[in-house]
Amino acid sequence: MARMKFLCDADRCIECNACVTACKNEHEVPWGINRRRVVTINDGKPGERSVSMACMHCTDAPCAAVCPVNCFYTTADGVVLHSKDLCIGCGYCFYACPFGAPQYPKVGNFGSRGKMDKCTFCAGGPEADGSKEEYEKYGANRLAEGKLPLCAEMCSTKSLLAGDGEIIAQIYKERVTKRGYGSGAWGWKTAYRETIES
Amino acid sequence: MASFAKYIRLVVGAWAFFLVVAASMPANAQQVNPTASSVKEQQLLQELNRIQGRVSIPDQRSGVLEQPAGRDWREFRNVTLRWIGGIAILGVLALLVIFYLSRGMVRIEGGRSGRTIVRFTAFERFAHWMTATCFVVLAVSGLNITFGRPLLLPLIGFEAFSEWSQWAKYAHNYLSFPFTIGVVLIFLMWIGGNIPNKADVDWMKRGGGLVGHDHPPAYRFNAGQKAVYWIVVIGGTAVAVTGYELMFPFYISGIEGMQLAQIVHSVVAVLFVAAMLAHIYIGTIGMEGAFEAMGSGTVDINWAKEHHSLWLEEQNARAGANDARPRATAAPAE
Repeated sequence: MARMKFLCDADRCIECNACVTACKNEHEVPWGINRRRVVTINDGKPGERSVSMACMHCTDAPCAAVCPVNCFYTTADGVVLHSKDLCIGCGYCFYACPFGAPQYPKVGNFGSRGKMDKCTFCAGGPEADGSKEEYEKYGANRLAEGKLPLCAEMCSTKSLLAGDGEIIAQIYKERVTKRGYGSGAWGWKTAYRETIES
Repeated sequence: MASFAKYIRLVVGAWAFFLVVAASMPANAQQVNPTASSVKEQQLLQELNRIQGRVSIPDQRSGVLEQPAGRDWREFRNVTLRWIGGIAILGVLALLVIFYLSRGMVRIEGGRSGRTIVRFTAFERFAHWMTATCFVVLAVSGLNITFGRPLLLPLIGFEAFSEWSQWAKYAHNYLSFPFTIGVVLIFLMWIGGNIPNKADVDWMKRGGGLVGHDHPPAYRFNAGQKAVYWIVVIGGTAVAVTGYELMFPFYISGIEGMQLAQIVHSVVAVLFVAAMLAHIYIGTIGMEGAFEAMGSGTVDINWAKEHHSLWLEEQNARAGANDARPRATAAPAE
């Protein structure tokens, strides 16, 4: 089985937010929740870079480790998913996550922020693949259909890569060699405890 | 004529071409590296331990791109806190069991006199029990968050444990309000009797009379009770402030502040629970005649004489009850 990962090539990201829009549309993500967002660092200054970020599906995921009800699980593809039936909306995963991935439908509404929602790597949840229940709770299950996450598929500059970690790392390495520069795989050290040497 | 114009055009064209090529030469010679001046992930993380930028979506809090500090918090929440909590709570329980087995219940040595004196008014008892009831629910539901997953979940399964934890979370959040009000009431009601004074030094030196049959004199509250009072007031304030910070995310601080709030909240809470176990012990099976102070609100005169001789004197002086006075003053000397 492949180990699924995301990689955002910050030298290619043009902050078009197509990945954000694609994600919201594909999964009919409720108002106020963005499973993916594009963060621009040093905006308007020399050396500005934009990075598209969502759940990185960490190795030894901190969210899963701190969850008081143990509602997270990792699929055979290395995708970190959770059960909204078990989630109690306590917010612990949100304290532990290095990437700000966990979202709550009712932020600020004390005691009832609702079930946590996050990027599923387009892999749905614990319900039967492609079922109506799964779609309502977690959105589309593209992986079950043999497709990769829509955010990366839609990326106009192919900055955002999603798929088998070894393959996307190889693609990135080839790019860096060919063009002669690369600002690295953002978040990889934190999420997977490895970097791509360029 | 035409051939001359052609010649001129060729020369001008050649010069123009040469100039264009010459002008572009330096640019070709220089290797362009756009990342040379760009932001670097590791450098940004070393500076602030977090990376922040601008987002174009309405949720501006999502501008924090990365903050690996969650790793340290995770270590605290899953390892450090369980050790602190386990040692504090089991340690106090073990001490209480040992103490009970060796000392037994502290009896009223003079026996019951049959006459009683009011120790706590109905309002004081109401405030105490409101706070106490909330505290027990808050403690159990809070301990569930830290110890439920390794201890209770394997016993009752995922669905049942989630259902219970969901209700426990609601109870924890909503009962925090009466608990906070209770702490404020306790602070205001009993501050007068809980300022440390000279009698406390003597009481502490004599170990509070816990060992042997000593009865050091005390006013309305002895040094041990004053300690409980300040633990409730300071600890209660700390858990309330940090608890509300967690309950209202982003109102007071960002995630790094919430991680810190959770650390303070949980450490204070487990120590608070450990301290309250001792308080519950001495107020129930640990001492004869103590529970009725918070139960019916009255205590036996002999109990008051042995444990709060100076307070009894004050009360008698105020009431002008000359009858009990000489015996009350004699109490500390015994």
